[in-house]
Formats: sequence, C-alpha cells, structure tokens
Amino acid sequence: MKELICINCPLGCRLNVDDSNLADIKVTGNTCLRGVKYAVSEVTAPKRMVTSSVPVAGSSVSRVSVKTDNPVPKEKIFDVLKLIKTVKATAPVEIGDVLYRNICDGVNIVATSTAPKV
Amino acid sequence: MKNCDLVIIGGGPAGLAAAVAAFDEGLRDIIILEREPTLGGILNQCIHNGFGLHTFKEELTGPEYAARFEKLVYDRKINYKLGSTVINVTPQKVVTYVNEQEGLSKIQAKAIILTCGCRERPRGAINIPGARAAGIFSAGTAQKLVNIQGLMPGKEVVILGSGDIGLIMARRMTFEGAHVKAVVELMPYSSGLNRNIVQCLNDFNIPLKFSHTVVDIKATNGRVSSVVIAQVNDKLQPIMDTTEEISCDTLLLSVGLVPENELAGYAGIEISPITNGAIVDDRMMTSVEGIFECGNVLHVHDLVDYVSEESAHAGRCAARYVTCSGKVNGYVPTVGTNGVRYVVPQKIAKSDSAEPISLRMRVSNVFKNVEIAVLLDGEKITSRKKQIVTPGEMETIVLNGELVQKVKKGQKLEVTLNVGGTK
Repeated sequence: MKELICINCPLGCRLNVDDSNLADIKVTGNTCLRGVKYAVSEVTAPKRMVTSSVPVAGSSVSRVSVKTDNPVPKEKIFDVLKLIKTVKATAPVEIGDVLYRNICDGVNIVATSTAPKV
Repeated sequence: MKNCDLVIIGGGPAGLAAAVAAFDEGLRDIIILEREPTLGGILNQCIHNGFGLHTFKEELTGPEYAARFEKLVYDRKINYKLGSTVINVTPQKVVTYVNEQEGLSKIQAKAIILTCGCRERPRGAINIPGARAAGIFSAGTAQKLVNIQGLMPGKEVVILGSGDIGLIMARRMTFEGAHVKAVVELMPYSSGLNRNIVQCLNDFNIPLKFSHTVVDIKATNGRVSSVVIAQVNDKLQPIMDTTEEISCDTLLLSVGLVPENELAGYAGIEISPITNGAIVDDRMMTSVEGIFECGNVLHVHDLVDYVSEESAHAGRCAARYVTCSGKVNGYVPTVGTNGVRYVVPQKIAKSDSAEPISLRMRVSNVFKNVEIAVLLDGEKITSRKKQIVTPGEMETIVLNGELVQKVKKGQKLEVTLNVGGTK
C-alpha cells in the first residue's frame, strides 16, 4: 500500500494505492479518474522534469538555465544533477541548444535561457 | 521634456503583455522602462517548469515564457530602456527616471501602465525575534543567488512559509546539495500548489510542519546556528511549551509578497487596503485618469498566464484611452462577501463598451462544494460551481458586459460564496 496526494487539481485527494499486484493496481480515495491514472504512473514509473543552471563563459551573463527535454525517472534525478554539474557552456547560447546529449535514457539537457557573446 | 503616448513602468510579464496588446490595438508611441539589465522580470530567476499551460498549451520554464513575450516585443520594435529606474510619477502623468546614459530624464505621457510587480515581505514585517545574524534570506533572494549567480546561501536550511516560492526553493536547495530540514507553515494549510508540495517536498522527504512558526533565531559568530519553532494555537499565537530547536545555518523566508506601489503613492492613486494594489475599474484604470495598473503590483497572481491575460487587457484599454479618451458615465462597485476576500476590479465603468468583464477574486479560507455567485442588488445574475476553492488559487468569473451596462445608479455587484461545507 502506498499513500499519495493527487496533484491534478486543488482538491489534492489522498489516494490509497494497493500496488501488491502491478498488473492490477487498486486506487481508492480519488474523486475522479485522473486520480487513478496519476496513481498508476506514480507507483509504476514516476518521472520528473529536472531544471537547473550551469556556468557560461564569454557572455554578459554568468549562467544559463537548463532543463531535461523530457521527464526522467524519479530515482535518477540526482544522477542527472551530478552530470549537469559537469556542464560548462560557452557563449553564444540560444534557448533549446543541447548542452549535454543523452544524459539519461535518451534525454538531453537543453538551455532555457540565452547567453549573448561579448 | 520628451513626450510619449504610453509609458509602461516595468518590463516583466505584465509590462511585456501590456506593451504587445497596446501595439496590436494600434498604438505605436510606446516605451517600456525596466530597472534591471534585462527584460522578463522575476521570470528570469524562476528556472523551474510549469509556466504557460494556459497561454501556450505547453509547460515552459520561467525564462522560456519570458522569451516568448520578449520576442513579441522585439518583432514589433517596441521601444524599451533597460537599467532605467523610475523615481517619480505625477498625477499629470510626468514620469521621471534615471539611468547611466541619460542621468535624470522626464517624459510627459498620455497614459501610463504601472507593472512594477511585488517585493517579498521581509523578516521585519513579521517580527521574528532573535539574532540579527547572517544566513537569513528571503526565498526569492536565495533563488536569484542560486539560479542567476550560482552561489549557495547555505548548507542546512529551514524554510518559513509554504507558498510556492518556499516550496520551489526547498527542492532547488536540495538539488544543489543542501539539507532542507523543514518547511514551517503558520497556517493549517499551504497556499502552495499540491503539485509543488508533492514534487518539491514529498519527493525528497522534507517535512512540512503546519500550524508552526519560528519563535527564535540563534547565532554563533554572527551566523545563524539554529532556529526555534513552536506550534501555534487557533489564534495563530505560539504555544511556548511546544518549542523545538532545529540546527541550521540558513533560514529562508517565504512569507508573502507586497505589491510595489510607491510610485502609485506619489501619483496620488487610491490603494486598496486588502490587495495593497490600486483600486481599478474594469479597464484597469486607477483613481488617477490615464494611469493603469495590472499584474502583481495590482494583486498577487498565482499563475503568470493570468498576469499576461489581465495585462493584455490593460494594454488594450490604455491604447483606447490614448486614441479616444473613453468617457464613462459613473461606476458600479463590486464587493466580495461571505468568504470572498476581494474582487478586482473594484468597480465597473459604465460606458458604451459591451465587452465581457473578468472579475478576479480570492477567498479567505478553504471551502468545499461551493457556488461562486454574482448578485446584482441581491439577485443572482451568474454563478459557477466549484468542488473546492482555496486562498492560494485565484478564481475568475466572466460577466456579460451588456448586462452590466444596464445596471442602474446606486446598484452594486456582489460576489459571494454559497457554501456546502468547510474543510
């Protein structure tokens, strides 16, 4: 059994999830079907977007912000962060530029802000 | 002195959306004055994602959302000045600003939109006793240090306040290797989104202590060494035999935002004691003719999408005011009752316009199974049912403009909650 708070709306339903049989997950406490869908994804393959910022050389700004271009498995967040810490960008950087290819499961780290060259 | 049709003070999300909408309404002589070295405002340091679901139907980070609007401004070649701080606005619409290139300059505007945003409520505003030590930051300051400058404010952190900025910073500090020991919330509920409670706290097993507050800050060698927290009673007063000391080197404060209305004050604009923003009509015009206000300086929004929407409306109305002055025949006041803490706009101008009117509001508590009803002299004219309303979520009701124009002198619009049950 797992207890979760549904994140789909402000109701924040307390979900009780019976995940003893992953082929037949039972959810109670939900108000609508979105709660079931959320609970199943959370107990089978929870994923998260990771955002951070990295240093950039040769620009008027000292850092650019970055994100994963797709969500990554929740348990890999800190592995991803460790690799993000190795990134050093060089200006110019545009939004969407890939700064680390395939950081995890085919997901890339892309810039979310610009760094003009000086 | 220079002249300008429309001066927009603040180049954050509100100012950008207002400028673009004013341009698209036909106005060309527009200038945005921004005190920071970049446009985009506070979005630049909000590097997490979740912005823009309403506006762009996709989840963007703050800088990406800002960049979309900046591009609209660049495409239209709308004038803007960076590093330019406005220091005065008069009721006659003279704007005084300073910057490195021009020194002190003045612009006579035909219309002004104030989009100055908010600042964070500091320690002094909530009177936390204890040491005056290093290591106490507002959450937004910490966010700027970490995200923009790459500096870590500390290693062991306690956060007071569970609004979204506090929650986001709990995760961000954790990502950068800090140990966030607790988030302490005075109220029995969080004003932050469930999604942030789950993904910023629960994901990392950070405890959230409701009905607690910080009652003392201790320091060693001038740096925070611990904070003392205590439970509060139903009058929100600390119960001193429930204290607990948490060792930490950093205290982040996420205890509310205050609209930055000093300029509005200089211009003699009437301020609402509830929102701390200007009192506006449905055109977002303040009590001083030709001066408009929108975005977080008017009232604190939870989603930037709503800021953009409201500000685009203000931009259109300001453009129309410049081109055809827009006389009105009196006002219909709007009031919130029975759990509706405030309604913006506070009054609706009676004019020939029959455009739909958005009433934005916040409630004073968590209510379940409610109907938000708009009453005209006690008679219901429109309503919306909601499973839940919370103080953290702004609600909107759209009124048929024609209906409002039929309202007679002396009548008022009341927005009220019909409650099924309280949490």
